[in-house]
Amino acid sequence: MPPSPTTAVAAFRITKGFGSGAARTMALKGADFTAALGELQLIVGPSGCGKTTLLSIIAGTLVPDEGKVLVLGEELTQMSKGRVTDFRRRNIGFIFQQFNLIPTLTLVENASVPLLLNGVPRSKAERAANAMLEQVGLAGRGQNYPRQLSGGQQQRVAIARALVHDPRLVICDEPTSALDRETGHSVMGLLKEVARKADRSVIVVTHDPRVYDFADRIAEMEDGRVLTNQLASPETLHALHG
Amino acid sequence: MFHLALKMLVGDRAKFFMLLGGLFFAALLMTQQCAVFFGLLSWTTSHISNIRSKVWVVEAKVEQVNELKPLRDTDVSRVRSVAGVAWAVPLYVSVLQARLADGNFKPILCVGLDSTSLVGRPATILEGRLEDIRLPNSVIIDDLALQRLKTPNGPPPKVGDIFEINDREARIVAICKSDRAFFGYPYVFTTYDQALQFAPRQRKMLSAVLAEPAPGLTPQETVDRINASVTGMKAWTEDTFYKDTIIWYFKNTGIPISFGVTIILGLIVGIAISGQTFYSFVLENLKNLGALKAMGASNFKLASMLVVQVMTVGLIGYGLGMGAASAFGAAAAQRGNPPFYLPWQLVAGVLAVILFICLAAASLAIIKVSRLEAAVVFRG
Ligand SMILES: Nc1ncnc2c1ncn2[C@@H]1O[C@H](COP(=O)(O)OP(=O)(O)OP(=O)(O)O)[C@@H](O)[C@H]1O
Ligand SMILES: [Mg+2]
Repeated sequence: MPPSPTTAVAAFRITKGFGSGAARTMALKGADFTAALGELQLIVGPSGCGKTTLLSIIAGTLVPDEGKVLVLGEELTQMSKGRVTDFRRRNIGFIFQQFNLIPTLTLVENASVPLLLNGVPRSKAERAANAMLEQVGLAGRGQNYPRQLSGGQQQRVAIARALVHDPRLVICDEPTSALDRETGHSVMGLLKEVARKADRSVIVVTHDPRVYDFADRIAEMEDGRVLTNQLASPETLHALHG
Repeated sequence: MFHLALKMLVGDRAKFFMLLGGLFFAALLMTQQCAVFFGLLSWTTSHISNIRSKVWVVEAKVEQVNELKPLRDTDVSRVRSVAGVAWAVPLYVSVLQARLADGNFKPILCVGLDSTSLVGRPATILEGRLEDIRLPNSVIIDDLALQRLKTPNGPPPKVGDIFEINDREARIVAICKSDRAFFGYPYVFTTYDQALQFAPRQRKMLSAVLAEPAPGLTPQETVDRINASVTGMKAWTEDTFYKDTIIWYFKNTGIPISFGVTIILGLIVGIAISGQTFYSFVLENLKNLGALKAMGASNFKLASMLVVQVMTVGLIGYGLGMGAASAFGAAAAQRGNPPFYLPWQLVAGVLAVILFICLAAASLAIIKVSRLEAAVVFRG
């Protein structure tokens, strides 16, 4: 499928192995994958099927053995390591399972990191971070530290941090698995809004069936391959749940 | 981003203080030990700093100023007769025994100066008059003698007091300032002729000849001329005599080794503590550093953050260490011991060493971080 203007990610026949000799495991065995702007895209599948590996390759933090990866129209697999790093810094927001907020920094400081890394002056970065914290429902908490927040609130800070530099692609690995059901739902609701409102592509890896309902599109993986990648309709959801 | 790097480090109180402590300790240890070492070395050259002369002529086999070997009285005129010498005067320096009022004996460094010119005279008179040194049986004692020549329960000696040197009466006419000598004996100045009266009679009594270059000649040129024309004696400029004395102590005593060991120990302890602490700080933050890397922080950016962190602690530790060493030095100066000499070269040298330690500590961490795969943040 040729990349169209609404295509955020297109990955073709990706393979990736770890280790060598007898201990070598093939995490990806020719996976194809696409994600569109304006959509919340889920990647689901059993443990060990290669979800995280695929996500890391899309994010440019891992290099595939074979295959071709296009992100926002640029071919990551053709870029030097340094250029991939630059590309990530400007265009991708990250949300991690364990939030990965820096405990010794305030929420504003945590949320301003991507802007600072992009060379935005401190005062401007902190203003933007405060505004973003407000958007995720943490108005006035900017001077708090992560340990003063619940898990759900911490993940909201992480979302603010992922969005503060207005990236077109947001990448999340198991963003709700450390959260209870209700908090997980509100985080997913927020992510969906993030995708729809600003025409971003939000890719979420999960094996938490409780959040499938939030998906615009669901890719199903098994044993290093993407089996299906279809619109989330009541039927597809039913099939997955079943 | 650097302000956040600093906050991250300071936020980890335990590691921050450990790191600071290690660098502080290293700076203090190295500065203090080096300063005491330099102080000791400066004590070895106290004759040269207390008896100022551009040219010293001594017995040919003499290697340093504390082992002057006797010359004949006539050697003064041999130096005088060299073309290139404006004038030359005799000097007597020797350890003699002073007898205090309570009958106790105390060693002193007796210096006999040419009575006409008083070349080699003490630079600063604290009390009394320099010229009175020419009166019979007169001496000028230094400030150290105020302690050393004091009887246990009596007051310190003062101008007008009398004690004995080798059974001869010595009357204090003035008190001067002097640099301390290696063995801690006080300086007692008198005229050359008077010194010969105090000293036990020997065949050769002259310790050295102090000479002045003829107008237009440098001390070195004068020294060269003297060495070319007299035998059995060797001339030195003040500078080379000073340097060679220090080098002599370097080569012929265990002092440099024992201090060198402490200094190297300070260096190793500094590197070990700060390297180890900083490395464990980085290990503990590896996940966060990985997250920063995923978010697009380059290796160079992360490395410079680490360098800024460790350098900042290094500079604070250096400042505190230098401050503590100076306080120690001030206290030492009050008490008169141990010797303490803190030249700017030492201040700068310790700074360089501390920065080196910081870079060494940071480099391990930098290697660790640059090998870190950004993808690790996705692994639970
Ligand atoms: N760095 C690595 N070194 C060795 N093997 C790895 C590494 N990363 C992944 N693997 C292996 O590759 C396979 C796919 O791993 P991956 O983490 O992508 O699966 P996943 O679908 O994300 O699983 P989970 O749902 O448990 O997170 C697994 O067999 C895993 O053990
Ligand atoms: Mg995974």
